[in-house]
Amino acid sequence: MKFIKHEIPQKLITEDGLRTDGRRFHELRPIKLEVGILKRADGSAYIEQGRNKIMVAVYGPRELHPRHLALPDKALLRCFYRMASFSVEDRKSPAPSRREIELSKVIREALEPAIFLERFPKTAIDVFIEVLQADGGTRCASITSAALALADAGIPMRDLVSAVAVGKVDGHIVLDINDLEDKYGEGDMPTAMMPRKKEVTLIQLDGQWSIEEFKQGFELALKGCEQIYQLQREALKKRYIEIREQAAKEMGENAENT
Amino acid sequence: MQKIHKIASEIEKDSIISLAEKGKRLDGRGLEDFREVTIEAGVIEKAEGSAYVTLGDTKIMAGVKLEIGEPFPDTPDKGVFTVNAEFVPLASPVFEPGPPDEDAIELARVIDRGIRESEAIDLEKLCIIPGEKVWIAFIDIYILDHAGNLFDASTLGSITALLNTKMPEVKVENGEVKILDKLVSFPIRKIPVSVTFAKINDKLVVDPCIEEEHVMNARLTITMDENDNIVAMQKGGAGTLKTEDIYKAIEIAKVKTKELREKIPRGVSNG
Repeated sequence: MKFIKHEIPQKLITEDGLRTDGRRFHELRPIKLEVGILKRADGSAYIEQGRNKIMVAVYGPRELHPRHLALPDKALLRCFYRMASFSVEDRKSPAPSRREIELSKVIREALEPAIFLERFPKTAIDVFIEVLQADGGTRCASITSAALALADAGIPMRDLVSAVAVGKVDGHIVLDINDLEDKYGEGDMPTAMMPRKKEVTLIQLDGQWSIEEFKQGFELALKGCEQIYQLQREALKKRYIEIREQAAKEMGENAENT
Repeated sequence: MQKIHKIASEIEKDSIISLAEKGKRLDGRGLEDFREVTIEAGVIEKAEGSAYVTLGDTKIMAGVKLEIGEPFPDTPDKGVFTVNAEFVPLASPVFEPGPPDEDAIELARVIDRGIRESEAIDLEKLCIIPGEKVWIAFIDIYILDHAGNLFDASTLGSITALLNTKMPEVKVENGEVKILDKLVSFPIRKIPVSVTFAKINDKLVVDPCIEEEHVMNARLTITMDENDNIVAMQKGGAGTLKTEDIYKAIEIAKVKTKELREKIPRGVSNG
């Protein structure tokens, strides 16, 4: 049952070229990134992108169970993308859906190229993603956030991974589609890249795109990833400054006690 | 959970890579050549539609079964279809009995996307009583011999099986659905076809065989309709792609999808 009614707009793009949430075509939603939000995890991160609220925890490198899955030459990366039952309008069954299984796979494959897995043979690195509220583009927001959680866990990486979905909405190519644009738009193209190396680690597409539209959308996605990369760097820096301040404070306290 | 079976011997890996650098492949093909394709429609009499596809040594069977059921509440005037893939253990030493794993789910969902996004099936023609009764088409893909590139073999098999599908005419009398003896064609209006690439070192190869899949860095599947629209795309594998790779793959896919589409048997067959 839907008790909270969400209005479906007549048009996804107004005559003034504004989107349902007031954005221009090439604008990202407001993004909030936080690193190191969970106490017990080895690394963690939180992202809000529009109304998306997603938490990621990284555990590892750690001993792998069941042990027969262990790889002799590198760590096994495992990724679990799950949506909370209350994250969408119609309650989602907590059992993993086929969609969640596919997304777990493509998210894993989007992150894997960035990690030096060969440094940790026979171990597991587990990435747990909980989508607490979904608002379109959750797989990309998950990747953006998971890259930060991996960095927070101190796992050596070649690069971060930044992701964003572009869409085709009322015939326009737009950046970072929201839930309404995803549901009622004509196409969706989630893209992830390693921003310094300019390598694509995820690309998926649905809808109908001419080759020209595809190229326009793909280039827009790369620009969007670039912007997200800057936000990721700032979030990481902020976390490191916090750690430094905390360490300085603790050292000060220790000095007083002796 | 992912399967940990993608292990190739170093010698094989080296030879595939060094061949690719020279523009050659293990089986003598050029980098942009498909293996031989055969497509046979209507091979399973008990299915409403079926197709048997071979792509080199890869063999798959696709079947369509129809049922009458309820539509989704948000699309009361449209029929329903689902795609499912079965990686049965006879097809590969690494396939095990059990429910579909992530590879089977990914395959089915990419095939589904190509059919759904190209609007290949005229779903409104599958409506019998709006909001109550519609046709539901189950497209099941059985992998019989996994010698690489299941994506393209399965796309060809699914769309051929749909083109081959016959459904009975129905009549609604006092809210009851009556099934008539007359058979009509299933409403297909587009023919999506996919082309899959493997990136081996910095070379793209079309229609990878299983040995190439074992050593590839990344995979890219592009599905196009007959108007050269891209209707589905999926990157797979733990490696990366460059922008140039993707653009080049699209240009190749534009040509190859046309060639493959020509091979699909149309019209009435024995199904």
